[in-house]
Amino acid sequence: MTRFMFPEIGQFSLILALFFAIALATLPMVGYFRQSLLLLNTARPLTHVMACLVVIAFLLLAWAFITDDFSVLYVSQNSNVDLPLRYKFSAVWGGHEGSLLLWVLILALWCLAVALRLDSLPETIGPLVLSVLGWVASGFLAFLLFTSSPFVRILPDVPTSGGDLNPLLQDIGLILHPPILYMGYVGFSVAFAFAVVALITGNLNAYWARWARPWTAAAWASLTFGITLGSWWAYYELGWGGWWFWDPVENASFMPWLAGTALLHSLVVTEKRGVFKSWTVLLAIFTFSLSLLGTFLVRSGVLTSVHAFAADPTRGVFILALLVVLVGGSLLLYALRAGQVRSSVSFGFSGREAWLLLNNILLSVLTLTVLLGTLYPLLFDALGMGRISVGAPYFNAVFGPIALCLMVFMAIGPFSKWHHTKLATWWKAMLGAALLSMGLAAGIVFWQLFDWLTWFSLSVAFWVVFMTLLDWFNKQFVSGKQRLKQWRTLPNRYYAMVIAHFGMAISLVGVIMVSVNSHEAMVKMSPGSQAEVGGYVFVFDSMELIKGPNYLSDRGHFQVYQQGQLVADLYPEKRFFTTRQQVMTEAALGAGFTRDLYISLGEKLEDGAWGVRIHIKSFVRWIWLGGLFMVLGGMLAAFDKRYRQKRERA
Amino acid sequence: MMKQLLICLALFGFVNAAFAEELMTFRSELNQVRYQSLIKELRCPKCQNQNLADSNSGISVDLRQQVHNMIETGKTDQEIVDYMVARYGTFVLYRPQNTPATFLLWYGPFILLSGGVVLFVVVLTKNRRRSCK
Amino acid sequence: MRRIVLFLPFLVFLVLGVVFYFLLGKDTQYMPSALIGQPVPSFQLVTLEGEQVKQTSDLPKGSYLINFWGTWCPSCHVEHPYLMTLAEQGVTIVGIDYKDQQAAAMQWLRDKGNPYTLVLMDELGQFGLDMGVTGAPETFVINAEGKIAYRLQGVLNAQSWQVIKAYL
Repeated sequence: MTRFMFPEIGQFSLILALFFAIALATLPMVGYFRQSLLLLNTARPLTHVMACLVVIAFLLLAWAFITDDFSVLYVSQNSNVDLPLRYKFSAVWGGHEGSLLLWVLILALWCLAVALRLDSLPETIGPLVLSVLGWVASGFLAFLLFTSSPFVRILPDVPTSGGDLNPLLQDIGLILHPPILYMGYVGFSVAFAFAVVALITGNLNAYWARWARPWTAAAWASLTFGITLGSWWAYYELGWGGWWFWDPVENASFMPWLAGTALLHSLVVTEKRGVFKSWTVLLAIFTFSLSLLGTFLVRSGVLTSVHAFAADPTRGVFILALLVVLVGGSLLLYALRAGQVRSSVSFGFSGREAWLLLNNILLSVLTLTVLLGTLYPLLFDALGMGRISVGAPYFNAVFGPIALCLMVFMAIGPFSKWHHTKLATWWKAMLGAALLSMGLAAGIVFWQLFDWLTWFSLSVAFWVVFMTLLDWFNKQFVSGKQRLKQWRTLPNRYYAMVIAHFGMAISLVGVIMVSVNSHEAMVKMSPGSQAEVGGYVFVFDSMELIKGPNYLSDRGHFQVYQQGQLVADLYPEKRFFTTRQQVMTEAALGAGFTRDLYISLGEKLEDGAWGVRIHIKSFVRWIWLGGLFMVLGGMLAAFDKRYRQKRERA
Repeated sequence: MMKQLLICLALFGFVNAAFAEELMTFRSELNQVRYQSLIKELRCPKCQNQNLADSNSGISVDLRQQVHNMIETGKTDQEIVDYMVARYGTFVLYRPQNTPATFLLWYGPFILLSGGVVLFVVVLTKNRRRSCK
Repeated sequence: MRRIVLFLPFLVFLVLGVVFYFLLGKDTQYMPSALIGQPVPSFQLVTLEGEQVKQTSDLPKGSYLINFWGTWCPSCHVEHPYLMTLAEQGVTIVGIDYKDQQAAAMQWLRDKGNPYTLVLMDELGQFGLDMGVTGAPETFVINAEGKIAYRLQGVLNAQSWQVIKAYL
């Protein structure tokens, strides 16, 4: 019965992976200081072996899930015989231990990716970057092995079936959300490693920024995608139609995103102009630190959140120690080494450097605002001042204005030139775009009777669109000698920026519209009855009982009419998951480009009546559509040709 | 979040949380708007992180009813908030009160922002001076 | 000066680290009552058996417990035997039958025994609201001055009794 050895082999490969990670963390480092090429060159093979071992461990855990090996404690807690196969696979990351293994797996894959692209880096830099990543990997492998091994067995009394996966996680959104989100979180470790190596070697020239850029863009794109997916999932799965709750755990993913966005921009300035060098290094450390902080907050049990994992204090202490070593160590290194850098390039008030500096300042303020709002209740509690909550009303009031301010400047930045911009060319274009966007927004606002804030926010969204288009037009069609406009091929990274900025504008429109133009009603309905919400008539047709693979479900059938025309058939469900004895609300969505129809079932009332919650969500898809644009932009930037060349001299 | 709700249900057995009670009538549209915004800003004191509007736990149903009653009997928003705080503490306010203890929370971001603007100007003037030399 | 600025991120992080350390192992679910140090809010409630109206002045003198319970509450089943033990040890417990049916509650006390010196009906949950109750079971410690000293959410058992005892 060799099958029953698999979990032990998994555990054993993790232990081996830890040893290889420690070797990776030390040998190339020693090689650098001893100037031994032999030791430096161990980095690549060590990375390969470590990554393979982690992959093996991950596959074995997945195998344990797929074959219903309930002798493994983690499997028995998070899976069930009746669970559909795809969820058995995604259940691998349905709990703390497995999701941590996924974290480590993705880290290993990032290491592998860096190892594969080693040829594009100077001989000493590449191995050192892998070595720093080796530190991170050692830390997390140790955390996994010492506090949260997913391979622990329950023997000899093997249960015949498991406790089932949390029904909330039995969904396509949650199959994809964690891996992609972690790709982003962990991806920032590469930029972090480049920054730390720059500090170690004392070589803080603009080159490191150039190497770090594609990696940062790739990580940023993944994180954007992960957050977008998470928001979309929460919207349709949680049953009340919200898309962002300012929950501490959401904030934990949002902070690295904000800092990562700042990093993307500041890397550009550092690479192109050689300024803000020490700031960019700090930002790279800061971004990954926020990823780690997120991990700490979610997994240590200090937070009251919906998404937080159940945790014990040992884990908390371990991960805090990890945080202190990695973040504390790199910040100390920064404090000791960054003083040597001096920028020599100058720029004026109107130069693009200045606008990107402003971008960085505003994004940093936004990041710190979210950090403040997330940690304030914790600090309050720690100081024994009682318990407070910081929620959406706070963030809307504080974060909102600063973010809008950032978006106003976001439109101007690309328009400016490095070093200095001629003001005369500016004003005309900007004034035109500003008037046009304000006029357009005013039209919409008067037509629908919204308020001043809506008008201003919409103006900002249009302003970004117009300015970006104008800039593209100016750059695409260059005035030739005969005053004819000529085509010019613009690089991918320019389009990356255009698309990502468009994405922001699209999301902003979604955010504004869904908050001011949505309708909501809670009504009591029985089969045959109807309700009118926001110009749509919802007819409750029938109710039936359905049996799913691992649940029973009350499924309603609603028909939605607009001006007498049938526009959607919707089937909201109330599912009862038999193993976990949990009731889940499955909302039904009638998706549309400018509005979503949203029905969720509440409680069953007497006489076959149901409490029904109906929403009309205006432009809600635009929020995620904009997210996808940003992802596309990030991917384009990551795969820009310029970064793909090999190193010139060996 | 459903999970917490269910934990609430299991632990405290408020299975009788009925939607019908939700189907409230208001004396005026203003009252309805006030009700909607209040239940979005008040936190369910038992759930992990949900407002009264989104939570279906028993205590949320009761508190929504209470908010409704107080609005319909002519209480001001401030009176309703005070009523909740007196019983459930400042924890139930998603909009933290503006007290000396929350000064940093409310004004911190704007202090940072002003600091950022000062920094921006300082960096640029310094830079300009250098470039003039 | 520049040196100090460079150390600033490190120092801020260290402070945060220390704060995090003290946060570890803290019970994030624990919610102190907003009424600590205040007298029991005034009420007029009917007793379970006698149909008598009682008010604040009818509460016991000296320190005692107020226990919110209901027959609909699964955890109250778990808690009940321990309340019986406490009652035998001479602890005064006032029971509030919270959002419950009178007949069911009387049956419950007949079946399981009555640990309470006084049982009041709070059918609509209004008194529960005034006490800041979020569910059942919940137990309040009232000290000798008649002030609320502690609130326990969830089951009262030998373990939580160790904490509560100190407040009596």
